[in-house]
Amino acid sequence: MKTYLLPSIKLTIILIVITAGIYPLAIAGIGKFTPGHGDGETVTYKGRVVGYANEGQKFTKDEYFWSRPSAVDYNAAGSGGSNKGPSNPDYLKQVSDRITDFMKHNPGVTRSQIPAELVTASGSGLDPDLSPAGAQVQVARIAKVRGIPADELTKLVDAHTEKPLFGVFGPAKVNVLKLNVALDELKK
Amino acid sequence: MNTEISGVIFTYLLTLAIAIPLGRYIARIFKGEKTWLDFLAPVERFIFRFSGIDPKKEMNWKQHLFALLTINSVWLIYAFVCLMAQGHLPLNPDANPGQSPDTAFNTAISFLVNCNLQHYSGESGATYFTQHFVFMFLHFVSAATGIAALIVLYKAMKDKVTDKLGNFWDYFVKTITRVLLPISFVIAVIFAFNGMTTSYAGKDTFISMQGDTVHVSRGPVAALVAIKHLGTNGGGWFGANSAHPIENPNYLTNTVELVAQLIIPIALVFALGFYLNKKKFAYVIFGVMTLGMLLLLIPTMNAELNGNPAIAHMGISQPNGAMEGKEVRFGPANSAYWSIMTTVTSTGSVNSMHDSAMPVSGTMMLLGMMVNCFYGGCGVGFLNFYIFIVIAVFISGLMVGRTPEFLGRKIEAREMKIASLIALLHPFIILVGLAISSYVVVHMPGADWAVKPSTWLNNPGNHGFSEMLYEYTSSAANNGSGFEGLGDGNIFWNVTTGIVMVLGRFLPIIGPLAIAGLLANKKYIPESAGTLKSDTSTFGLMIFAVIVIIAALSFFPALALGPIAEHFSLK
Repeated sequence: MKTYLLPSIKLTIILIVITAGIYPLAIAGIGKFTPGHGDGETVTYKGRVVGYANEGQKFTKDEYFWSRPSAVDYNAAGSGGSNKGPSNPDYLKQVSDRITDFMKHNPGVTRSQIPAELVTASGSGLDPDLSPAGAQVQVARIAKVRGIPADELTKLVDAHTEKPLFGVFGPAKVNVLKLNVALDELKK
Repeated sequence: MNTEISGVIFTYLLTLAIAIPLGRYIARIFKGEKTWLDFLAPVERFIFRFSGIDPKKEMNWKQHLFALLTINSVWLIYAFVCLMAQGHLPLNPDANPGQSPDTAFNTAISFLVNCNLQHYSGESGATYFTQHFVFMFLHFVSAATGIAALIVLYKAMKDKVTDKLGNFWDYFVKTITRVLLPISFVIAVIFAFNGMTTSYAGKDTFISMQGDTVHVSRGPVAALVAIKHLGTNGGGWFGANSAHPIENPNYLTNTVELVAQLIIPIALVFALGFYLNKKKFAYVIFGVMTLGMLLLLIPTMNAELNGNPAIAHMGISQPNGAMEGKEVRFGPANSAYWSIMTTVTSTGSVNSMHDSAMPVSGTMMLLGMMVNCFYGGCGVGFLNFYIFIVIAVFISGLMVGRTPEFLGRKIEAREMKIASLIALLHPFIILVGLAISSYVVVHMPGADWAVKPSTWLNNPGNHGFSEMLYEYTSSAANNGSGFEGLGDGNIFWNVTTGIVMVLGRFLPIIGPLAIAGLLANKKYIPESAGTLKSDTSTFGLMIFAVIVIIAALSFFPALALGPIAEHFSLK
């Protein structure tokens, strides 16, 4: 056994140093030169950090574009989805309640205009995005609450719509935090 | 064409474009030919000298297994101790406590065996110390263990070998220095420049636009996520795994993560062709694997793109498909692709929550893990496939009335016994576990564990049954993804899945190596007109039939009670 045990222990030690020590430290060093300096990219409004660009946060007030429902209530110290199965009756009731709530806050919107992501929870609970349709469907409500012409808001959403990768791969999306920061900046 | 579908096709083609040359490169390394990373040779010499290893010493198959099992035992003890003690160890900026003995038992095994089932949440259940010195370390070495074992098998399949099958340490170390580390490095740099965090700073706090105080978990994520995928490990930094916006910030990182988890399993198939000089044989195997993968992928994409019929009934538009448990930046098509890639390989990372997927998708994911060799995990995927090859050779031999031969060696009773045992092991450990847990749910609902059996299941009816089926299938296949609604953070699940993971890892490594080692010692029979041709599509179909009959049909009753029943009840 000694022929295998001793080399095993020594090999383990040296590989721990290489794979868990040197390798991540090298990546951390390179990370210093990235846009967020390796700490994550933040978004500021009026000189104050109001969030991380990649992480969704809770927007439930009528004057903001709402973010998606979240199973962890946008608590970024954790993460997770609802893990509800598609046939779960409690879950379907919850979705139905979200639809009712959305329609109450957005009078004039029909059910078929509501895209699924606005009434379903994301996988991480921290989804930062909406589909362009998910943002546009809220324009009428925000226009009314803020007294801003709807077509100005439509243009704002268009300007914040990020195209698919290289224009051809994957879905288009809108970052809700950046959109809402731009929305508050309009007011000035 | 729809940009979501084109994204999926692009991702797969990119994977092949990288995997084929990588296969050639891997074959060159283990044939001892020149490669462009030869400048790393002094590093390897240093590692060998430090460890007191002579990398030129030839080993037979038993010695290979001794070496493999010894070093794996060392890692198991090391990981277990670290996880229990993590609360007192350094690099713990968020002050997380040590794991309970049963959680540490499960977690240590889980990462050791390349499974990465996680019965804790990375944000609160692990420290930066254990994320690095246990998880990331095991990500590297568990993947390298599988690949090194496979190289032993390849060597044994060569024409003129007997019992000199190379040196285990040599294969193992070179897998890390020549394959895993350099590629991980490149991937991690791409991640770092795309918004993944790399620094060692702990949680941050800010006040949101609406005035909520938010704490944000962070950490040196990029380095871990690179090897997590490259080594088909799948154990993530955060609880939400690659659905988390830091662990997978955008479509580009998502594409890279998808490519990374597939390139080595696919490359190893092509490496076989280059290594043995039997390219056509490798194409046949690749064809069988790809056919299997597509048969799982297409129904899944179809189900997810059509959306949840129950939500469609409410009048909601699902222009791109089902969105529960999915992220907008990836979309349902890509999430469906991911869920199949992560289950046909043994990765088990997720970019959407599988528990919320359509029942058809759940069936396909389960089948991917039940077969566990349509590409499969790093090294072990082909080891599993090898068992099916042996059985297919044997049955074909019987059908034409000849002694079954494979690559010039006779397959006899002893080899067949091993192959049958290994092939039946997988359904056995899954279904026995499932039977016990079902019994506990029904008859011991109030058992006094951290999570009471009465609250284990997050969903009622057939879907709840699927949650338990998925957990054992994922453990046995060393996959590590989960129907995460399951209340698995208690002693019952920690212990039972721990045992299933160990059996599901080491027996399928020992079995194929034993068969190949025994075969290599037999007399070599040159090919003649009567030899079964292993590099034809007919033989490919034969293997496919064996896989369907053994792996898929043994699970049909369980699938019928779970996701299939749910599918027909969903209106």
